[in-house]
Amino acid sequence: MNAEPVSGSLSKAFFALLRRDLLLAFRRRTELLFPVIFLLVVVSLFPLGIGPGPQLLARIAPGVIWIAALLATVISLDALFRSDFEDGTLEQFVISGHPLTLIALAKIVAHWLVAGLPIVLLSPLLALWMNLPAESLVVMIMTLALGTPILSLIGSIGVGLTISLKRGGQLLSLLVFPLYVPILIIATAAVMAASDGLPYTQFLGLLIAGLITSVTLAPFAAAAALKISLS
Amino acid sequence: MSHAPFILAAYSIGTVVLLWCAVAPLIRKKSITRDIRRLIQIEERSSDTNS
Amino acid sequence: MNSKADTKTKPRKNALVMFIHKLGSPPWFYNFTGKFIPWFWALFIGLAVWGLYLGLVKGPADYLQGESVRIIYLHVPAAWMSMLIYITMAVLGFIALVWRIRIVEILAMASAPIGAAFTIVTLTAGSLWGRPTWGTYWVWDARLTSELVLLFLYLGVIGLYNSIDEPRKAARAACLLAIVGAVNLPIIHYSVKWWNTLHQGSSISLMGGSSIDSSILWPLLIMAFAAKFFYAANLLTRARIKLLEQDVRKAWVREVLREKKS
Repeated sequence: MNAEPVSGSLSKAFFALLRRDLLLAFRRRTELLFPVIFLLVVVSLFPLGIGPGPQLLARIAPGVIWIAALLATVISLDALFRSDFEDGTLEQFVISGHPLTLIALAKIVAHWLVAGLPIVLLSPLLALWMNLPAESLVVMIMTLALGTPILSLIGSIGVGLTISLKRGGQLLSLLVFPLYVPILIIATAAVMAASDGLPYTQFLGLLIAGLITSVTLAPFAAAAALKISLS
Repeated sequence: MSHAPFILAAYSIGTVVLLWCAVAPLIRKKSITRDIRRLIQIEERSSDTNS
Repeated sequence: MNSKADTKTKPRKNALVMFIHKLGSPPWFYNFTGKFIPWFWALFIGLAVWGLYLGLVKGPADYLQGESVRIIYLHVPAAWMSMLIYITMAVLGFIALVWRIRIVEILAMASAPIGAAFTIVTLTAGSLWGRPTWGTYWVWDARLTSELVLLFLYLGVIGLYNSIDEPRKAARAACLLAIVGAVNLPIIHYSVKWWNTLHQGSSISLMGGSSIDSSILWPLLIMAFAAKFFYAANLLTRARIKLLEQDVRKAWVREVLREKKS
């Protein structure tokens, strides 16, 4: 039986869902900090494992910060759809008559606000710890601001595919890391070029292109993945 | 370089953090006592209507 | 003949045991500690004002470091407290786990955010001290790195306690974590020290090599005492509020609120 099409514009539905997800996330405020703390801990492990030598840290800083961002994002992605999947809300969304793409996009935006934005905001502290040269700090922040949404978008496809699996979280990392490789390469190339005083805007341009592409395509793919998982 | 802004910043941040540490439970207490008072009112009202 | 000796020693031993037993009762604990809290705050403020006056106004600037050494009166007491509170939390946690006393669980868990706050103050004050004195905001030396790891340990305890719904279960889990952390703490501290000498990354020590001059030591000790009273006052405040929260449906809480209204 078809559900009656729900009245109300698409944007109303989008913001309502976004608001709901953010409210749910804020109800467990301490859990919001887990990705943040994870990021801090992972980055501090590098000097502890490699040695505090400032030059060495500065050389690996772009890669370390970006890899830590990747790890933190993957860990928080699982939460993206899992609780809604487990209590059946997700199925309700599917039959609600609202386009699943919109729902996926709303959840992705909520995820980025809760998990990706803190990475961007914390990056100056991470840059300080890793001795990132001051010239490349701004570029670092820009690559994170452009790149973390892409991570959320592409990651949501992986989440959609693995949501119904028991060990979904582990498989998710496997699926998603290869997809993340281009972003990692381009972002770190930008930052390293900036530290060496070389031009870096072409890399930022690629990131912008990637962001636009994933915003337009990823929600569709994520919705399709969810439909498969729920079927 | 003048050391004054660093001393000021250090003590300001210290004050803010410790002040928040001292005050945060009191804010929690206000909301708890408000909830308890409301609970008492509900119970008293229901016992009034029952008796 | 024996009875005379008995009546002398028994009441004293009984009084202490009785006192400890009474503390285990929430309403008794609530009322008893409530009387001390204003005094602890007063002592904290008094000692802190005195210590800061001696340190910031009257005390000398350091021969080598200049004015920035004045941050020591914030940084060092905070560092001492961050470690003292963790040990206290672990000891309380041990008692709570072995004897299953709810009040002790609450005291242990209430200590965690206070300790974390002091650790944050230590790190930020140390960082701001490092910039004018040694040119950099952050350096991976033994002390700062151990302090950072200590912050992560605190955050772990707080995070675990807040993520389990049932309060007593949450407290027991977090207390176990605190004990494990405390046992690890000296190991972490010494390994970080060794790591530091191994890599020769930086020979900066935030305490410097020189012995502490008495004109600096005295305000330092006053601030250290002040910090202990801050901890005591804040700890009891948080513990009492946690008791109210957990015993919401109990009669003694209603009584307390009724007394407050009048």
